[in-house]
Amino acid sequence: MMTVTGLVKRFPGVVALDGVDLDIRAGEIHALVGENGAGKSTLVKALAGIHAPDAGTMTFDGVPYTPAGAADGLAAGISVVHQELALLPYLTVAENLFLRGLPRTAGVVDRKRLRADAARLLAEVGLDVAPDTPVERLGIAQMQLVEIAKAISTDCKLLIMDEPTATLTSREAGRLFGILRGLRERGVAIVYISHHLQEVLELADRVTVLRNGRSIETREMAGVTAPDLVRLMVGRDLAQEYPVKPPTEPGEVAIAVRGLKVAGFEGPLSFSVRRGEVVGLAGLVGSGRTEAMRAIFGADPALSGNIELYGEKVRIRHPKDAVRHGISLLTEDRKSQGLVLDLPISANVTLAKLRGLLLRFGQERSLSEDLGRRLHLRSAGVGQHVRTLSGGNQQKVVLAKWLNAGSDILIVDEPTRGIDVGAKYEIHELLLGLAAQGKALIVVSSDLPELMGVCDRILVFSRGKIAGEVARPDFDAEHILTLAYSGYLKNGETQ
Amino acid sequence: MIKRLVLGEAGIGVALVVLAGFFVIAAPNFATEQNLRNIMTQITLNTVLAVGMTFVILVGGIDLSVGSAMALCAVVSGTMMAGSGSVVTLVGAILVSVLVGAVVGWINGFVSEQWRVPSFIVTLAMLNVARGAAERYTDAATIYNLPAALNDFGTITLLGVPAVFWVALLLAGIGWFVLSRTVFGRLIYATGNNEEAVRLSGHKTSRIKIAAFMIAGLTVGIAAVLYMARLNIASPILGQGYELNAIAAVVIGGASLMGGRGSMAGTFLGACLLGVLTNGLLLMGVSDFERQIITGLVILVAVVLDAYRLRLARKLAVTQPATKEPVPATVAS
Ligand SMILES: Nc1ncnc2c1ncn2[C@@H]1O[C@H](COP(=O)(O)OP(=O)(O)OP(=O)(O)O)[C@@H](O)[C@H]1O
Ligand SMILES: [Mg+2]
Repeated sequence: MMTVTGLVKRFPGVVALDGVDLDIRAGEIHALVGENGAGKSTLVKALAGIHAPDAGTMTFDGVPYTPAGAADGLAAGISVVHQELALLPYLTVAENLFLRGLPRTAGVVDRKRLRADAARLLAEVGLDVAPDTPVERLGIAQMQLVEIAKAISTDCKLLIMDEPTATLTSREAGRLFGILRGLRERGVAIVYISHHLQEVLELADRVTVLRNGRSIETREMAGVTAPDLVRLMVGRDLAQEYPVKPPTEPGEVAIAVRGLKVAGFEGPLSFSVRRGEVVGLAGLVGSGRTEAMRAIFGADPALSGNIELYGEKVRIRHPKDAVRHGISLLTEDRKSQGLVLDLPISANVTLAKLRGLLLRFGQERSLSEDLGRRLHLRSAGVGQHVRTLSGGNQQKVVLAKWLNAGSDILIVDEPTRGIDVGAKYEIHELLLGLAAQGKALIVVSSDLPELMGVCDRILVFSRGKIAGEVARPDFDAEHILTLAYSGYLKNGETQ
Repeated sequence: MIKRLVLGEAGIGVALVVLAGFFVIAAPNFATEQNLRNIMTQITLNTVLAVGMTFVILVGGIDLSVGSAMALCAVVSGTMMAGSGSVVTLVGAILVSVLVGAVVGWINGFVSEQWRVPSFIVTLAMLNVARGAAERYTDAATIYNLPAALNDFGTITLLGVPAVFWVALLLAGIGWFVLSRTVFGRLIYATGNNEEAVRLSGHKTSRIKIAAFMIAGLTVGIAAVLYMARLNIASPILGQGYELNAIAAVVIGGASLMGGRGSMAGTFLGACLLGVLTNGLLLMGVSDFERQIITGLVILVAVVLDAYRLRLARKLAVTQPATKEPVPATVAS
């Protein structure tokens, strides 16, 4: 139903799409995979009508498709969840969902129907928030679910999802897959982009691989394995999915959190992390992991509790205190909390370590280039503005910023969000390398295999409390999930 | 390519040259050495104020109080130095002017940060408070007998350029250096772009923003002294509407009122453009009223062109040079 031939899109200094052929059929889930910067999102934007291609043709439903803007794409029946979320922060969830067509009675917005319609959609995607909640109060995974709900609220012929599950846990992702399969039954064509190859294998009927802006191959999914996909994407084999952490003797307690309470969550939380240790925080969306980490870092005020670093009590009331005490927090939402989009890569990389009077451009440049190389950053140079980087490459810039800060206690919230399989391995290796140097690491991730791959211990959050702790020898996905759900059961029996 | 020229960085410079070229032909006596000096003197105050305003606008704020605050600085400092021939008193009075300006700026910044009030509102209030305070201070009287030394400074030229304009040039140069070469300047841009990201990188963004308002206050204090030097009086009603000219210069210079985008070079050119326009129209015998209309239209055109440029940039997804100064700086070195 949608046929793309020879699509080319150039940006100054970069050829983002360099001859892409793609053919999408009605009633199929068509996966799109490729490394960071391969051109996936650019292709999506061309399909949506946001980017006008420099060459090539698109045919939709048998007629030439030449959208002049996003409105044309929508009118043609193409609904998109973009990689970067674009909700209006000060409007409510319900208003965001139905922005395109608010239900009206005699010209006036019908609040009651709006709420009811919204509640139904939210239930469908499994998001447990009131329709009246302002979007700015949501966490990134919740915003992602709102975007998904918004996309499926319209009757569309082609549904495109650009990394919808990057921040979702398996519960929400599973629900999404159910919805997508239902839409497929109804004949909707679905384009699905993800760096989680497992999902692609599970969900897709066909897959197209992009590399350096070219479509390398389209295959029927049957018989394709994860290593096949990796080979097509990266052009080589990956030995294993996770690096092996060299066994280290954990040192003294680096950070101890006692009785931490955060607004809106039950708590209190107490835990500690030793030098050389990698501690994972598992839990469902909204289980309070991000909020707790933000309170420790001084980004939000804590209600009570205290923090000891190396046995000494410290007060952290502002992120500046935290950074001074050698704590870093990589936040989950890179666009709104991590990056200064209109500054160059180099300026972002040094942001957490800017001290003194004068800028040192030479040093800034060389260390940005160095970190960029280690993280496989794909850019036109460290002077490129972060706004124009691909999603995964933006994530690498945030990582580079905190690696450059050189803190001894590193908290990372969804560190590999949107990062491709190849670079993911390198980043995990880098993190483990830091632990080996005696730094203490806390990893928050919605990706349980990632946590089980790199952590020494996993603390499982459930409804704002630590429901349990599992050490590496006892890692077991099912057990961890049971703990994660335990707080939501009537009488929390599993503890 | 033509689009590039009209809409790009160089746009304002090109506009200035074209405008000057037009007046050379159309306005009698425009292209004389004396008139050039006149223009320099005329744009001095606005340039100084616009330098400070650039900092405020870059962090996403606005300062409507600069005109009134300038009057307050002038009357406090003028009262102190009036009738005195002592150099110490003169220097002291100048420092007091700068200090009063800085304090007013600090109050503007502190109030809007502490209670999260938009600076538009805070400085609108300050516009009234400072004006009232100035009138009260002198009982609405004008101060005349300012020191001769100060007046001398207001009239002499150095290397053919009015001394007061040297001060403006110096301040613009310092402003350029601070914005493009220092850590503080980088933080100004970054805060205007994404305050939350800067805060979460361990910087006290409130302090950065308050500092921007204080810098605006400093330039107000200096502008007040330059005013007294030129006109040899200090009056509580001076400086009315100056804030709008300063804002106009910054905006014509390509700054975004949302913050994060703009440059000192742009601001300087913006002030020059406004000055040349006013001067040329005067020489052409255009009436006051018509001049105002034309100036207003020029500001509008600048802003529309800017919005158009942004849209065009988004559409082409051109790497948008959001901050004119740090970028080449990063690429250079
Ligand atoms: N507006 C833009 N201006 C300049 N370059 C751009 C722009 N948008 C994208 N690019 C470049 O085009 C290339 C492809 O980017 P794209 O976002 O399509 O990658 P992607 O496959 O979606 O990657 P990811 O997995 O990281 O999301 C990148 O090199 C990126 O830097
Ligand atoms: Mg992408």
